[in-house]
Amino acid sequence: MYNKVSREHINYLNKLRRRKKIILITQVAIFVVGLILWELAAQLSLIDTFLTSSPSQIWSTFLRLAREGNLFYHVGISVFENVVGFTAGTLLGVIIAIGLWWSDFAAKVAEPYLVVLNSLPKTALAPIVIIWIGTGYDGIIVTAITVSIVITIMNMYNSFISVDEDKIKLLKTFGASKYQIFKKVVFPHSIPDMISTLKVNIGLSWVGVIVGEFLVSRAGIGWLLVYGSQVFQFDLIMMGIFILAIISVAMYKIVSIIENKFTKWNQ
Amino acid sequence: MSKSPVLEVKNISMIYHTLNGEVKAIENIDFEVYEGEIIGIVGPSGCGKSTLLSIISGLIKPSSGQVIVKGKRITKPSKNIGYMFQRDQLFEWRTILQNVLLGLEIQNKVDKKAVEKAERLLDTYGLGEFKASYPRQLSGGMRQRAALIRTLMVEPELLLLDEPFSALDYQTRLAISDEIGLILKKENITTLMVTHDIAEAISISDRVIILSNRPATIKEIIDIKLTCPENRWSPINCREAPEFRHYFNRIWKELDIHV
Repeated sequence: MYNKVSREHINYLNKLRRRKKIILITQVAIFVVGLILWELAAQLSLIDTFLTSSPSQIWSTFLRLAREGNLFYHVGISVFENVVGFTAGTLLGVIIAIGLWWSDFAAKVAEPYLVVLNSLPKTALAPIVIIWIGTGYDGIIVTAITVSIVITIMNMYNSFISVDEDKIKLLKTFGASKYQIFKKVVFPHSIPDMISTLKVNIGLSWVGVIVGEFLVSRAGIGWLLVYGSQVFQFDLIMMGIFILAIISVAMYKIVSIIENKFTKWNQ
Repeated sequence: MSKSPVLEVKNISMIYHTLNGEVKAIENIDFEVYEGEIIGIVGPSGCGKSTLLSIISGLIKPSSGQVIVKGKRITKPSKNIGYMFQRDQLFEWRTILQNVLLGLEIQNKVDKKAVEKAERLLDTYGLGEFKASYPRQLSGGMRQRAALIRTLMVEPELLLLDEPFSALDYQTRLAISDEIGLILKKENITTLMVTHDIAEAISISDRVIILSNRPATIKEIIDIKLTCPENRWSPINCREAPEFRHYFNRIWKELDIHV
């Protein structure tokens, strides 16, 4: 049955492949055409490049900064703050969620606080954090952590308690301790949720890092953006945004690869 | 039956407390199960059948009464009691072999011999080529078989089945209840099975306990004696026995179900 493939099946597969290709081509085309129109409009002076910049200017700004060596310094600092921020935010969030899972009493007590903290825009805390912690990397990293930690606690706690009761019962009939129940079923059950939380946290931590850099820093992509707006250099701002987009996509991809490794059983 | 019983259920009662008051779920249930017996428990839905199993397994404490397995009083979940659920509860992220070893892993008893035994059981019961597969690659019937092997690996003295086939479609259910019935007889496992399928209860069990509506009490315990073909005993073949129909009608009348 699987050896012989019918003509109809080949057609079906081809159709699927063609559709996938068309979608990809359209996606790329929108991007490329957008860039070309932008560049053309700039060249023909239809738009004011002082306010909009243009792809070629962004590119030359990129090359100039890359040559001067400053660019990678700024990017490096922001990426460092972001990676430490979302890693720490996720880890701390998971650890606190484990604590809440362990003690039902603690979970019930913490609930209203978490709800309030979750609905609060965390960036509002950034000024306080920076005054308390300091204006260096540490203040910015802690700002990034505050943005992601509350939602991590809530997501992971909900994931932990969504394990099928019968699975826990099953382990109890084998004589499992609470620690074993966590290790054998609750934690592995929650790995997919943990990875999707990690994905969200990358984006949230960028919010924290950029806001932190807006407020105090002397380096980083956020600083480049603020500096660019102060000296009215749109090329710089646009380039900063492009770099942010590229880095975010790269990080997302890396997490996706990790995800595939940990969820083999689901494919 | 001069042997001492494997399971003694002594005068169990259970009261549930909620904000709105209390509900009597089980009242004065008392019976014994002997080695190698398969006992079916039937009763109207919501009568407390599953609660009774949870009490026997030690997962919940009864309001009064005692459960004794092989002379030892059960107050918490015990390694001597195996439990099978409505759904197989295989762990999706573990291979079939890892799933089957779960119980021993919890008890820190996984060694080479255990793995060999698991592989032998999987081979014997037709899952040999799926050792390294994940549960989602198996059919419902195969999964339930793997769940049974997982339970048998810890060598329980008593096996509790909580409507183990009710999540399966009808045909799979017939086939798998037949197979599991055969496995239980072959391995001589003392079993207590809750079901709402009267025919299933009659075809597998040596005795059937009929429970009343809530609060559940024992209405009757019926000895099942089917003249099955001697050399090819199996639950499905037993359904052809001439007495089958009489037992069915008797249990149906006892259950006294009005919709």
